[in-house]
Amino acid sequence: MNDFKGQTLSWQIVNGAIELALHRDPCNEIGSLTLDELEKFAAALPGLTNEAHALIVHSTLKAGFSAGADLRELFQRGQEIEKAAALRGVREFLERIHAVMNALDTAPLTTIAAVHGVTFGGGFELALVCDIIIADRMARFCFPELRLGLIPGFGGIPRLKRDLGNAVVRDLLLTGRSFNVMKAQQIGLVSQIAAEGEALRVARATASQVGKFDRRTAAAAKEFVKPIPYKELKREIDIFCDLYSRPAVEEGLRKFVENEGPQPYLP
Amino acid sequence: MPTTDRTLDEILNLAASHFNVPREKLTPDDDFFKTLGIDSLQALDLLTRLEHHFRIELPDYELQGVSDFRTLANRIQARL
Repeated sequence: MNDFKGQTLSWQIVNGAIELALHRDPCNEIGSLTLDELEKFAAALPGLTNEAHALIVHSTLKAGFSAGADLRELFQRGQEIEKAAALRGVREFLERIHAVMNALDTAPLTTIAAVHGVTFGGGFELALVCDIIIADRMARFCFPELRLGLIPGFGGIPRLKRDLGNAVVRDLLLTGRSFNVMKAQQIGLVSQIAAEGEALRVARATASQVGKFDRRTAAAAKEFVKPIPYKELKREIDIFCDLYSRPAVEEGLRKFVENEGPQPYLP
Repeated sequence: MPTTDRTLDEILNLAASHFNVPREKLTPDDDFFKTLGIDSLQALDLLTRLEHHFRIELPDYELQGVSDFRTLANRIQARL
């Protein structure tokens, strides 16, 4: 399937690069429907890889790349069914999204996240599976999960630890603060900063450059420098599920969901 | 280092310009969520613009409960 147009995302091949566009209002919150379509993409990826040398992941929404997991759905999941079943559902969701993230992480082509605006939580984790992050000048990153009594659950901590120094990881994780592109580039997360609205164009230029090289060599180089922390990724799911079943998390999610003020994304 | 008044003035100018509000309608003690008509995502956008403008890093937890331009200016001034 060389192109697809779904309810939350679409893909097509443009000049030898797969362009995976996220477009679920309001800011690409990742819930069951997005996961279903991400799984479709992961299943199509081996075939697409024969036709393309790079993958660009981007958002068509003004608000940003992605605000992360769909917290309203996560809250509702805990309300509608009994606790043990809710926990099983959360674990199943995490295992499925990890499988998608791992497929993107190990894809034998160069992957580029072109991000702008809000790149939070699960959205940040989606960017982290990519080989290169190109960020619009107005991009903002955050792991806000501790504010809810949780840790990132889509593979964020092991991948952040893979790419950054541990002191930086602790700062970002334990304060839950958001930070801009200058900081993101300074700590080694973002490789290129684009002008406002130009991240996709810069990503396309980068995809064109990587397309000049022998694909097998590029895939071998990637595999050599980008180990997948499978053991820590599994441990992350266990810790997330241990934390999820506590009343403090339900209260944190309820506070977010029922917040009708202007500041749900601020601490 | 600019004075707090100068910092406040630059914040008001930037907010008026970016959110398309007449500058004369903004005063230091305005609730910027109401005056600018912005939500939390737009507030983060404003924070990023202010960080770039003043070349500072201002963690968002320092803005907890802050909704007026004058207090915002004081938080920024402390980072200059």
